[in-house]
Amino acid sequence: MRPLAGRATDGLRPSAGVASELAAIFGAVWRRSLKVRVVSSTVVLSSTVVLVLGMVLQAQLAQRLIDSKTQAALAQAENSRGLVESELGAVDPTSASLAGRLTTTVDRLTNPDPTGTPAATTNAGAYEPVLVDGGGPPGVAGTGQEIGPLEDVPSVLRSAVERGAFAYKITTVRRGSTSVITLAVGMPVASAGRTMQLYLLFPLTAEQRTLTLVQSTLVLGGVVLLVLIAGIASLVTRQVVVPVRQAAEVAERFAHGHLDERIPVVGEDDMARLGTSFNEMAASIQRQIRQLEEFGELQRGFTSDVSHELRTPLTTVRMAADLLYDSRDKLHPALHRPAELLVSELDRFEALLADLLEISRLDAGVAELSAETVDVRVTAAHAAASVSAVANRAGTPLELALPAAEVLAEIDPRRVERIVRNLLTNALDHGEGRPVQLTVAADSEAVAVLVRDHGIGLQPGQQDLVFTRFWRGDPSRDRRTGGTGLGLSISLEDARLHGGWLQAWGEPGWGSAFRLTLPRSRDTVLTGSPLPLGPDNAPGDSPRQDTPPAPDTAVPAGPGRQ
Amino acid sequence: MGSATMVCMAARVLVVEDDPASAEMLAIALRQAGFETAVVGEGTKALPALRELKPDLVVLDLMLPGMSGIDVCKAIRAESGVPIVMLTAKSDTVDVVLGLESGADDYMVKPPKTQELVARLRARLRRIEADPAERLTIGDLAIDVPGHQVSRDGTPISLTPLEFDLLLALARKPRQVFTREVLLEQVWGYQHAADTRLVNVHVQRLRSKVERDPEHPEVVLTVRGVGYKAGTSR
Repeated sequence: MRPLAGRATDGLRPSAGVASELAAIFGAVWRRSLKVRVVSSTVVLSSTVVLVLGMVLQAQLAQRLIDSKTQAALAQAENSRGLVESELGAVDPTSASLAGRLTTTVDRLTNPDPTGTPAATTNAGAYEPVLVDGGGPPGVAGTGQEIGPLEDVPSVLRSAVERGAFAYKITTVRRGSTSVITLAVGMPVASAGRTMQLYLLFPLTAEQRTLTLVQSTLVLGGVVLLVLIAGIASLVTRQVVVPVRQAAEVAERFAHGHLDERIPVVGEDDMARLGTSFNEMAASIQRQIRQLEEFGELQRGFTSDVSHELRTPLTTVRMAADLLYDSRDKLHPALHRPAELLVSELDRFEALLADLLEISRLDAGVAELSAETVDVRVTAAHAAASVSAVANRAGTPLELALPAAEVLAEIDPRRVERIVRNLLTNALDHGEGRPVQLTVAADSEAVAVLVRDHGIGLQPGQQDLVFTRFWRGDPSRDRRTGGTGLGLSISLEDARLHGGWLQAWGEPGWGSAFRLTLPRSRDTVLTGSPLPLGPDNAPGDSPRQDTPPAPDTAVPAGPGRQ
Repeated sequence: MGSATMVCMAARVLVVEDDPASAEMLAIALRQAGFETAVVGEGTKALPALRELKPDLVVLDLMLPGMSGIDVCKAIRAESGVPIVMLTAKSDTVDVVLGLESGADDYMVKPPKTQELVARLRARLRRIEADPAERLTIGDLAIDVPGHQVSRDGTPISLTPLEFDLLLALARKPRQVFTREVLLEQVWGYQHAADTRLVNVHVQRLRSKVERDPEHPEVVLTVRGVGYKAGTSR
């Protein structure tokens, strides 16, 4: 298995670029797919187990094979020693015929006689005998004669046997161009006064073949096992992942507003519990959304009903009052003033009713933006024109600073005009008769309208309060325009409906500024305003140039300083 | 066209209003302003009254029992170009546009100021005067001004008086771009800037009658961000 892993690693590294690319792809798949993670970890862990198991098994088998071979070889060696001792026992150690005897003995070891004891074809398999004449008894020099390939016997074994030990060793011998693992068994042989050594070389070819076969079987089995495990892991993960993916898809569709989406629940397992819980949650959310929708509908219906129910009698009252007012010359002089009050208070009542209805529509979220592409300069100028009468009456100069080029923006001109009109009346109310400036500016993304007065200004912290409903900066002040107290809150909601901002700045004694910032197209998200809010736009105007401008986010709901 | 106005002093106004007090008060106020008035309290009676009285103008409440103001308006439009001014308690864009699209020439949100209502009604009764032989072209249309006739290739196209006035205003100054406000003043007779949705809706209604393809207008062209102008004469 090791060579396989090595090759796989090589395959992943044809070049650094491709490798990092592959790593990135794999990383992405790894992060995204639970299945890939589970299957890969299973395969990696199983490979380790299979590898270790395979190696232990192989080592055990090899050991067994060698053990049994060794036992057989030792038994054979005992036999052979008996044979050699009986053959050579009677030979005169000094005889010159020794060499011949030796050869005969070795031949007999290799080719036993038909009736003789099993020799080279025993349990231990074929072998090559080596017979060495290690020299005579003390005083008698050995002939040093040897039969067989003594050079194949390891020197360690030889020295052990020469010391009189019965020993064996596994060694590698060369046969032609191949090397063969061989079990060499050595023993001293007692003959007539001579010390001789007999070595038997058992080639382990068969054992090695067996071992190779076992090895390849183990590798093949391991690979098949791994593939099977990967398949099983994949199947098992699928059982979990498929319902999870289904649930994820359902949840996504639900999030996109398909509130009727539910997870199919099968059985009673954990997935079924997940499905049941999800479905319960979905049902609960759906119920609440329905309730909110119904509430919105109710609110809209209520608004509409109130509108109709109040306005019809109001029509009669209004026309009657107008008639009385028009013919007040014919009335008793004491009734002139009441007729005037009746008409003017009816105006106020109507304005209040209209503002209340508008704010309830905005609250109910049923207000609609009828956006069209218009020149904001024109809208601002209209607003200015509509309050010019009030400005004249108050003796307040109204100064317009409009860009020379047209400023096209996708806005609801009625709402924007209403916002600017509200800001202007507000400025006229609180401007103390000093000039009120209306500035329009634009950049590529947004258009800003700034209304600046130089009147009483705002106390610290009032920047947010001005948008509170029915809030009045100074209740004791007279109100020239008789505002409803809802103007700025409606303006704020109108600005939000456009995805825009309405912000206030003010300093006591230095006047105040209201800035409306609107995106030029409906799909733009505001990031800034083309006009600064605060004293910067009127240099030398403020005692504190470092006055922080209002935060660049729409202030929380709340209107009302008209 | 202020110089060319003519007010019918005894114009007959049909008031369609279900609330008795409101209807009565409307009648009183209109009579005070010099109109002849007739009142019907149900939508279903509006059409027979129209046929019988042949009023010069109809004041129509949008919410009526039996038959809604919208349906009444459509029914009247199906057989008459009589000016219709709608009175509505709802000022939502949806309601206003729906009312205008059903054929009303103008609308007022309740409660109307009497003076303003009278001024609007008079503006609707006012007709633009013309030279006896004035003939104009706009796009591929021919306008016979004194005969109040518009035709394409000799085929007459039926327009309400208001639509005719709108087309005429554009055709008389073919090079001028009209803002919605100018049109409101010249065609509807508004003195102050008012609801420009009136113009949008009526331009759409006009286009649906005179354009070959209302999606790609050739007679009444939109000038983005400004207003409308006449298409090139052919």
